[in-house]
Amino acid sequence: MKHTLSVLVENKPGVLARVAGLFARRGFNINSLAVGITEDPDISRMTITVDAEEHPIEQVTKQLHKLINVIKITDLDPDRTVARELALVKVKSDAKTRAEVMQLAEIFRASILDVSKKTLTIEITGTYEKIDALEQLLQPHGVVEIVRTGRIAIERGEK
Amino acid sequence: MKGSEAIIESLKAAGVEVVFGLPGGMVIPLYDALYDSDLKHFLVRHEQGAAHMADGYARATGKVGVCVATSGPGATNLVTGIANAYMDSTPMVAITGQARSDLIGTDAFQEADITGITEPIVKHSYLIKNPKDIPRIFKEAFYIASTGRPGPVLIDIPSDIQLADIDYKPAGKINLPGYKPTLKGHKKQILSAAKAIAAAEKPVIYAGGGIITAGAEKELMAIAKLMKIPVTTTLMGLGCFPENNDLSLGMLGMHGTGYANYAVTHSDLLIGVGARFDDRVTGKLATFAKHARKIHIDMDPAEISKNVAIDIPIVGDARDVLAGILAELKTMKREPRKTAAWLDQVIAWKKKHPLHFKDEKGSIMPQYVIEEINRITRSDAIICTDVGQHQMWSALFYTHVKPRHFVSSGGLGTMGFGFPAAIGAKVGCPDKTVIDVAGDGSFQMNIQELATAVCYDIPVVVCILNNGFLGMVRQWQELFWNKRYSATVIECQPDFAAVADAYGALGIEITDKKDVGDAIRTAIKAKRPAVLDFHVKQEENVFPMVPAGKSIDEMIGGHKS
Repeated sequence: MKHTLSVLVENKPGVLARVAGLFARRGFNINSLAVGITEDPDISRMTITVDAEEHPIEQVTKQLHKLINVIKITDLDPDRTVARELALVKVKSDAKTRAEVMQLAEIFRASILDVSKKTLTIEITGTYEKIDALEQLLQPHGVVEIVRTGRIAIERGEK
Repeated sequence: MKGSEAIIESLKAAGVEVVFGLPGGMVIPLYDALYDSDLKHFLVRHEQGAAHMADGYARATGKVGVCVATSGPGATNLVTGIANAYMDSTPMVAITGQARSDLIGTDAFQEADITGITEPIVKHSYLIKNPKDIPRIFKEAFYIASTGRPGPVLIDIPSDIQLADIDYKPAGKINLPGYKPTLKGHKKQILSAAKAIAAAEKPVIYAGGGIITAGAEKELMAIAKLMKIPVTTTLMGLGCFPENNDLSLGMLGMHGTGYANYAVTHSDLLIGVGARFDDRVTGKLATFAKHARKIHIDMDPAEISKNVAIDIPIVGDARDVLAGILAELKTMKREPRKTAAWLDQVIAWKKKHPLHFKDEKGSIMPQYVIEEINRITRSDAIICTDVGQHQMWSALFYTHVKPRHFVSSGGLGTMGFGFPAAIGAKVGCPDKTVIDVAGDGSFQMNIQELATAVCYDIPVVVCILNNGFLGMVRQWQELFWNKRYSATVIECQPDFAAVADAYGALGIEITDKKDVGDAIRTAIKAKRPAVLDFHVKQEENVFPMVPAGKSIDEMIGGHKS
């Protein structure tokens, strides 16, 4: 099962290494990781996605809590969470296919960042699945490179 | 003030009196400041010794142990000692020098990323980048090391930080938003636990090192007495419940007593306090205390239901929680005879499966040496050990009656721990008799600290149970590997008494059973470091024993024939 952990940490050197090291030691593979500062510049948020069963994820969460620089951990409930990723996709496209690729991008509400004679670079924001869907549609044209951020997520509602 | 002087001030502010260490290039400024201070520094012969001394000092006194090493190899030599302290939750602060700030990351001379290397084995660590942070970081380090579930904290200090001029101000209030140990147990859970205890007919208390850390011995005794509950302890918990009490079951687990293991297996309620359901305790998980409801009281929420599913978890300080349970129990209706049949059963197991060994003519039995130490010291010495057969015999055949009197490497199982730990314990408790029970294999792993003991006149008595083998591994080879003694025979052995003599310590070789007691008495009376080389029976085994992967009631050697 995929979990999205939202982890508030002190914005201090070495914190990322401690958190990442803990996952590695306990045998977890981090699917994605996004780090950025929060509304409080002394505090950063890490959004970590991992595949794991309930018991091991509880254990890793407890171990994470033991890190002095970790302030709060939330295992986000997918039904009550809005999650987004961003991807930059460089796809092969010349004068003949440019219109078609641009149309695909438009359907996905993606934007064109760069155009060259033989390529288009597309920026897309959305859920993991949406980005996968666009990528699959672009594959037949030839994806040169794809760069994805980790997932970021926020709980719905007032809190 | 120099950064190095600020370090000394910070150590004093933390109440530090003694420091174990060994200097090197990147801590010369710190040692220069130490030169003028009142702190007592013990120069070791190997940094691993310093870490174990700090550990032994901490375990015997309850204070935070402090060790110092230089950058690079000095720091890496501390690693085993830090890991040892981490596994056994010892409060320790390790201070290391580091290459100059501007050289970090350049593979400078004696540079090692010690905060990175120790990351999985510290409770927390710091690399000081701004000399102004020295007072704050030291204050936090001692606070983190000694509170909650204690553990080692490492502070890495580049040499230029030690040399920098700072305007020293004592640290202010501690602000650690991510570190708030839960001390008070949940009221409802405490009530549930009390109800379960009052209802139990076959309860067992399984007490660990957390009792000693919390100083909860009195509360433990009060509950055991009030409700007539037998108590078994882990290796780390030895001494938290006096073994001369009728309710004591001694140690449980792989080399636990038969009656402790049977009692746990047949219990209907297991009350774990300050223990972590380690694999050496539980054996096969699926059958561990399978009929019992389980209460687990621990400081560390991550230990709850880690290995064994718990019915009533209580996170908090053992003393606070046990006091809460005791108060609840006192208000409840109790049936004083509720556990009577159970206690009769325990007595029957004790009679049927006592700890025993066969005395052999012409041999010194290792268990006999431990019994003699116990008799001569009247169960009142601080006993330190390494890991292996001698450790288990010390755990089983010495009568542990007081907390902080058994200092042993439990979790990490470190050969070479006992002797330096004994030195640290003696430094912390100069009025106590301190005995290091060692193996002939493990003693050689930190034998160089004889120089430290002699130099500072620290009268520790080393009792080597010399069987010419790496005995515990040999035992496994005998029982499970067709007696193929691959690399466990120690073929070249020094004359330990002569080695001791060469270092300036008292050395005695004992080959006859009748000399055992005299040698121990002579060594204790000598009031100087002593090494007793007991030539014990070579192929003696530690029994009972639960083979790896078996249930703890499936013991070998549990019956007296």
